[in-house]
Amino acid sequence: MARALRDAYGETLMALAAENDKVVALDADLASSTKSISIKKIDPNRFFDMGIAEADMIGHAAGFAASGYIPFVSSFAMFATGRCWEQIRNSVAYPRLNVKICATHAGISVGEDGVSHQATEDIAIMRAIPNMEIYVPCDAAETKALIRHVAETKTPCYVRMGRIAVEDVYPDDKEFDFTKINVLREGSKAVIFATGIMVQAALEAAERLDKEGMPITVVDVCAIKPCDEEGIVNLLQQHKIVFTAEEHSTIGGLGSLVCELAADKCPRKVIRIGLKDKYAESGNYKDLLKKYKLDADGVYDKIRRTFDKEEKEFRYMPFR
Amino acid sequence: MDNVELKHRAANVRKNILRETANAKSGHPGGSLSATDILMVLYFNVMDITPENAGSIDRDRFVLSKGHASPALYAVLAEKGIIPEEELLTFRKMDSRLQGHPNMNTVPGVDMSTGSLGQGLAAADGMALANKLSGNDHRVYVLLGDGECEEGEVWEAAMAAAHYKSDNLCAIVDINGLQIDGATKDVIGPEPLDEKFKAFGWHVIYADGHDYDALNASFAEAKTVKGKPSVIIARTVKGKGVSYMENQAGWHGKAPNEEELQIGLKDLEEE
Repeated sequence: MARALRDAYGETLMALAAENDKVVALDADLASSTKSISIKKIDPNRFFDMGIAEADMIGHAAGFAASGYIPFVSSFAMFATGRCWEQIRNSVAYPRLNVKICATHAGISVGEDGVSHQATEDIAIMRAIPNMEIYVPCDAAETKALIRHVAETKTPCYVRMGRIAVEDVYPDDKEFDFTKINVLREGSKAVIFATGIMVQAALEAAERLDKEGMPITVVDVCAIKPCDEEGIVNLLQQHKIVFTAEEHSTIGGLGSLVCELAADKCPRKVIRIGLKDKYAESGNYKDLLKKYKLDADGVYDKIRRTFDKEEKEFRYMPFR
Repeated sequence: MDNVELKHRAANVRKNILRETANAKSGHPGGSLSATDILMVLYFNVMDITPENAGSIDRDRFVLSKGHASPALYAVLAEKGIIPEEELLTFRKMDSRLQGHPNMNTVPGVDMSTGSLGQGLAAADGMALANKLSGNDHRVYVLLGDGECEEGEVWEAAMAAAHYKSDNLCAIVDINGLQIDGATKDVIGPEPLDEKFKAFGWHVIYADGHDYDALNASFAEAKTVKGKPSVIIARTVKGKGVSYMENQAGWHGKAPNEEELQIGLKDLEEE
């Protein structure tokens, strides 16, 4: 079933608020879109609309956290991270205040709004901040479990969600361990580390490759930071060909993370699927994902072409 | 605390500000000296903070939004017996709790990490809203600089505090009229700050920021205001009490050398 992650966020936020009177929600005039407004059904006094003032919203969240509350802060990913990066760095992460930045409408799949609203550098800028935890869920079940997980941790967290409804990857009763990667299918030809909506795209691509006799391993990397280093390095050791896929710039996100681990622990060539240091544009989200090669076709083509090239090189290698 | 003792102890705080910055060979004496009397009245007459409850949040809290006045805050915390006076000489040194700008996780009595200007008012109002939600009657105080009010986030927070009727929040603007590049009126002109806060829905109180009676009365008035936050527009002298620093923008972020330190200590002895 296709479900929007922000709906799963809103439902879980509501449940958390009912269980814990220290849970509050802040938004910057996008509460109906981010679904943070759902907390009002439990207690209208624990919802704070800060207006179109993201920097101030982060400061207020810091004040709530410094007073023993668990503030969930929402806006579009572009504004929840970019507009107030320095406030997050200095007023939240440095003092390690328990603020949960749960942003929606991340990536290019926000669609028609265009580049000004398409957060494609948010993982990179959040990753650079010490003390920040970063999670990118891929479906509704993972989102629900993740929101509960971040409510339990005592540290600043960034949760990245998209706008569109996505097909389920996991059953609703799946038990998640957010300190570990999730290997969704295994194959010997290559490994692809994917995050967010690219998990579904990678699974679909893998299905086709499998039918063509090229089985690959597909991994859901929800926890970007801290990440499951051991799990990722183990898979690097098992595979000669490594791909990453993210609805994000290829600079600073999951691709960079895997490259850093490869450089540190297990040298591998890593092929990064994502936005290659460029902006997208306005358009229907499906068309955009297709054009920027971030759908199942794009992932399939990239992997298939890589395999074909490898084979060719292997065939013509003079001293094999 | 009576004015005579407050003045006597404020002189010691000012001496410690000079010692801290001279010893560190860096720091911000000018704005620390302009803020000293405001901090003295807050910590000795207004807030319910003690060495025993300094590590708790179950009390009035203070946010030093102009975090560069950390030498004044640390010296007042030492005067209050919350941190040891000898520790002041570790200011800005490696491995010290007394970071260049305040860190709430290392020093008891520091209620918010600050230093990047413009961020303290939002955090303070967050605390004030949290206090209301918790149903306690603790108050939150926040000190801003006049130059700091050039930051847009100050006005975002001012709007929010008025909207949410944060009458348990009291801001003080330390108006010493100077910032790094010169007089505030020449740099970008943040004034009239009182009219701006009024327009944002705040209750505005005026005080001489070095007059203890005026400051006591201002904080008392702020406590009686209901339905809106209060701001004390406090006119001050940058470098107050040290002859060669008074009203000199150049002493914003420069430490006195040994000779200047001795002259400053003597000025404060005579005051």
